[in-house]
Amino acid sequence: MNYQPSGHDFVVENPDAKTFFVNREVFVSDDVFEREKRTIFDRCWVYVGHASEIKNPGDFKTRPVAGRPIIFCRDREGTVRALINCCRHRGALVCREREGNARQFYCMYHGWTYHPDGRLKSVPGEDAYGEAFDKSEMGLVPVPRLEAYRDFYFANFDREAVDLDSYLGKAKDYIDLVIDQSPSGKMQIISGTQEYDIRANWKLLVENSVDDYHLISTHSTWLNYMRNSGVNVTPPKGELLPTRGFGRDLGNGHLTTDNPNYRGRPVAKWISVYGEDAKADIDALRNELVERLGSARAARVADTNRNLAIFPNLVINDGSSVTVRHFYPVAPDRMHVTAWALGPVEETEAQRARRLHAFLTFYGPGGFATPDDVAALEAAQLGFAAWREVPWSDLSRGMAKAGDQQLATDEGHLRVFWRKWNELMETRA
Amino acid sequence: MNELLASTVSRAEVEDLFYLEADLLDSWRLDDWLELLTDDAAYYVPPNDKPDADARYTLFTIADDIVRLRERVIRLKDPNCHAEYPLSRTRRMIGNVRITGVDGDVISAAANFIIHRYRHNDLDRVFVGHYRYNLKRQGGRLKIAERRAILDAQQLGLLGSVSFIL
Repeated sequence: MNYQPSGHDFVVENPDAKTFFVNREVFVSDDVFEREKRTIFDRCWVYVGHASEIKNPGDFKTRPVAGRPIIFCRDREGTVRALINCCRHRGALVCREREGNARQFYCMYHGWTYHPDGRLKSVPGEDAYGEAFDKSEMGLVPVPRLEAYRDFYFANFDREAVDLDSYLGKAKDYIDLVIDQSPSGKMQIISGTQEYDIRANWKLLVENSVDDYHLISTHSTWLNYMRNSGVNVTPPKGELLPTRGFGRDLGNGHLTTDNPNYRGRPVAKWISVYGEDAKADIDALRNELVERLGSARAARVADTNRNLAIFPNLVINDGSSVTVRHFYPVAPDRMHVTAWALGPVEETEAQRARRLHAFLTFYGPGGFATPDDVAALEAAQLGFAAWREVPWSDLSRGMAKAGDQQLATDEGHLRVFWRKWNELMETRA
Repeated sequence: MNELLASTVSRAEVEDLFYLEADLLDSWRLDDWLELLTDDAAYYVPPNDKPDADARYTLFTIADDIVRLRERVIRLKDPNCHAEYPLSRTRRMIGNVRITGVDGDVISAAANFIIHRYRHNDLDRVFVGHYRYNLKRQGGRLKIAERRAILDAQQLGLLGSVSFIL
């Protein structure tokens, strides 16, 4: 019997043997990296930003989206835009600040100016152009498609792509679950951006974000912290984790974990880390949920957590706190990660402080857990230097079980990502 | 003010504290380092897009109260702290030390830092920035009540994880 496959396919699934392998060439190859940019990032809906980041007319943020410099802004009429930050004249960035409020975007190279909705406003010495010159055609180029679901804005560089609503499909139910924490149904990105590059292939972070199998070995120091703080994190006999959660296929390459909570939730499950003082407040938040949503939905919101991966590169972790993070490869072995905290707009000062405190205990470049994830991914990437000799990553955990019984510590949900990735890479090569 | 400063603390005393702290951190003598802190000390690394922000309203990179700071030290000493195993080698240069004010029993001080960090299988990463401290005199000793490490990098991403103590 040969457990591992031979050959050069990227993804090899064997339903009879209950095995699933990924060829490690996909983590190191320049050719795969270039193809991914065209067949995945230029064809899928990629996250741009959240409406709350640009509250007022003229507000803007500049950031790379799918490798392009983008101005994410709200024009004077209040419409949200994603404009390519590139002067129509000779190509320079027309906005070089990270964020702000603009009456216009001014190209410092030759002085062309643009309205916040992208229209070309003025050209110094316009009379030097011929009669065919038409300012109305020379505005900043918007991303080909920009659509939103509940304030989360996504761009698509493929004009022919399906609409965002169809693309997200069942993932919307889980976004709704996150947003239901807010009495008004309004969440906001909290100020402060976390950034951390990882010297590893971007697909490893998709896997890592939803892979609960690594928790005990990679994050034992975080579990110690929880234990030291009085939280029961001891798995029941025969279990890998303190609670038994599941991995879910949401279609279109989207996936999530769906776990009974043990790690506390700012809305609304008290743990000792929050302190005795917080108990009454958490109870009040819980009562609001029950009144608004009924006890079953309230329990769904407050007593479960989820790490949701929207294909290809957006992760919403609704765990110890809520983090929205996206990442983009800058090389086969390097990605740039940007992460924010998300919270209900109506949170009090104490609630917001509690949410941020809970966030930092686990997440981010200075958290008690994320740096160890980074170390794990970088260790894997270093191992992949031997991809020719040791070519296969094994994602077979749980294959022998029915689809609806895939635990979060199995790899059924990771296979969802890989099947979609492989489908796109094969059909659009 | 100058007279008050002179009677409360000297720059040499603040420099001695900062140089001792740098040595303890570079030597990974973290329990000894904790001894330099007050019982209600805090440690902050603000995000580079909001360097002056308040950690109650803004997402920081690190915002530890003393409880979590002690837990951070427990974590860093654990060989299962994978981000710091094997331990990074760090070397800090502290300069431009100044006493910036005295308010009641709180002495504020500032310093610049350059920290080189070498890690297993990694390039040299250089962390450049400045510290803002609140110091208090307790039992005759100058102690750290708050330390804030503000990084200058425009793009923090290049620095990777901040798993050691800045």
